[in-house]
Amino acid sequence: MSNIRDAAYMVAAILFIVGVMRLRNPATARMGNLLAAIGMLIAVVFTVIGASVGNVMLLLAVFIVGAVIGTYSSRAVKMTAMPQMVAAFNGMGGGAAAMIALSEALQALGHGSYPGLSQAVPGLFDMLVGSISFSGSIIAFLKLQEWMPGRAIAFKGQNGVNAGLLILLVLLAIYIPFSPSITLDWILIVGSVILGVSFVVPVGGADMPVIIALLNAFTGIAAAAAGFVLQNDVLIVAGALVGSSGTILTLIMSRAMNRSIFNVLFSAFGSKVTATGTSERGEIHPTNAEEVAMLCAYAQRVVIVPGYGLAVARAQQECKDLMDLLTSRGVDVRFAIHPVAGRMPGHMNVLLAEANVPYDRLYDMDDINPEFQRTDVVLVIGANDVVNPDARENPGSPIYGMPILNVDQAKTVIVNKRSMAAGFAGIDNPLFFKQNTKMFFGDAKGALQSLLSAIKEEVA
Amino acid sequence: MHANLLQELFFFVLAVFTGWSLITKVPPVLHTPLMSATNAIHGVLVVGALIVVFTASGTSQIIVAALALFLATLNVVGGFVVTDRMLEMFRKSPTEKGQAAK
Repeated sequence: MSNIRDAAYMVAAILFIVGVMRLRNPATARMGNLLAAIGMLIAVVFTVIGASVGNVMLLLAVFIVGAVIGTYSSRAVKMTAMPQMVAAFNGMGGGAAAMIALSEALQALGHGSYPGLSQAVPGLFDMLVGSISFSGSIIAFLKLQEWMPGRAIAFKGQNGVNAGLLILLVLLAIYIPFSPSITLDWILIVGSVILGVSFVVPVGGADMPVIIALLNAFTGIAAAAAGFVLQNDVLIVAGALVGSSGTILTLIMSRAMNRSIFNVLFSAFGSKVTATGTSERGEIHPTNAEEVAMLCAYAQRVVIVPGYGLAVARAQQECKDLMDLLTSRGVDVRFAIHPVAGRMPGHMNVLLAEANVPYDRLYDMDDINPEFQRTDVVLVIGANDVVNPDARENPGSPIYGMPILNVDQAKTVIVNKRSMAAGFAGIDNPLFFKQNTKMFFGDAKGALQSLLSAIKEEVA
Repeated sequence: MHANLLQELFFFVLAVFTGWSLITKVPPVLHTPLMSATNAIHGVLVVGALIVVFTASGTSQIIVAALALFLATLNVVGGFVVTDRMLEMFRKSPTEKGQAAK
């Protein structure tokens, strides 16, 4: 029986790998996800068949309740709320890993024996990392859902306290095998939950893509560790797959901000207002819907740069309408996507896909940057740091060195913003004061709607 | 140390390399669905949770195991459904089929 089960696990693992392979191309990605889901189903079915099943009623009840809540919440959620949904599900996985390890420890102590080190060590690792991933993801969820302030919250000596807590927890984990007790296991779990909270709280909103990718990697590694605890190969393979892919994504994200992963995690970036001092503030040039309409309607090429402000205002449909309207007038409309725009890796792509913007209209930073010199109008909607020329020119700026979209090279830049109030991190953005920049104030949704009607009226 | 440990480590290391080389080739346009899909794949924890529920005895162990199963089920079901919803939306413009997709 266990041979059949292991064969099924192998099929499942192959389906996971092929599924991820298919995710490399937008045309086959949906099939890839489906293949992975089929693999999961096979693994679950053969786990149930291959074991001497106890607690059947409980098992069914819990499984059905979990499945219904999971399906309902993922169907009901708005596309703009996708980052926090992914964070929440990730946290559930982390919690599950910690509980699996705890359950195994209870089992072993109930039998009066403690497992050997090859199972005890990954179990303790699960309690530590799984719990951190659990509470860290919940905090990320709360921040993204704006149920708690999204900015970086830091107190003096926070890194010291976190490092101290981590060292204490690791020491505790090392001590536990010498004197196994469920009380100590619980202390380890609760301490790790607290560490997860204080580890994510100081991370600011714009750094969320990195943190979400990292927590994803954590849960992946925790799943692999649970595989070592239970001596289960499919958990090990799938967990390792996710752990390493999550790590890569984390590195890609922090590289896109030209910051090391340590800097993202420990600098509490944006908790203090940074005075750069060197950038000269000039005059801004406010504009209105009519002027923007004229500029866009008679342009040859328009590039739209979306940012988190677009997601907040839920203005993706208006973006798509603007693209359609201008395209019908023969304007070449493109979207320029910065790798860390928004709150999770690729956030803007999903948002625009929801509004039916075809993905071949979306351009990555490296592909679009050479094009700005030949662009008539750039429309920046709710983006700020990713178009800040200080990142290129001002060594004193906190974001100096971060690769940006060179929108200032276009003939005209129109920046849509709610007000001149300092954005995330309070970093000055000299783009707003340039001669070729016009400020188009207003909420993204309202501003785009008035722009749309202005184009229809003025230039019909 | 049990006999299977080396074999398990062997699987682990190979899977790490596989994951590494798979993901380096994913274009940024798919980063969100990719993360969401791998998020669902670590929902494989549901297999582990099932195993601990099967063998759970005693109130406290049953509660802990059931909690593990509940959380893992949320992770795996929600993860796959959310990813599917995202990918459903990705489409190419009908007029420009010839243009190379990025």
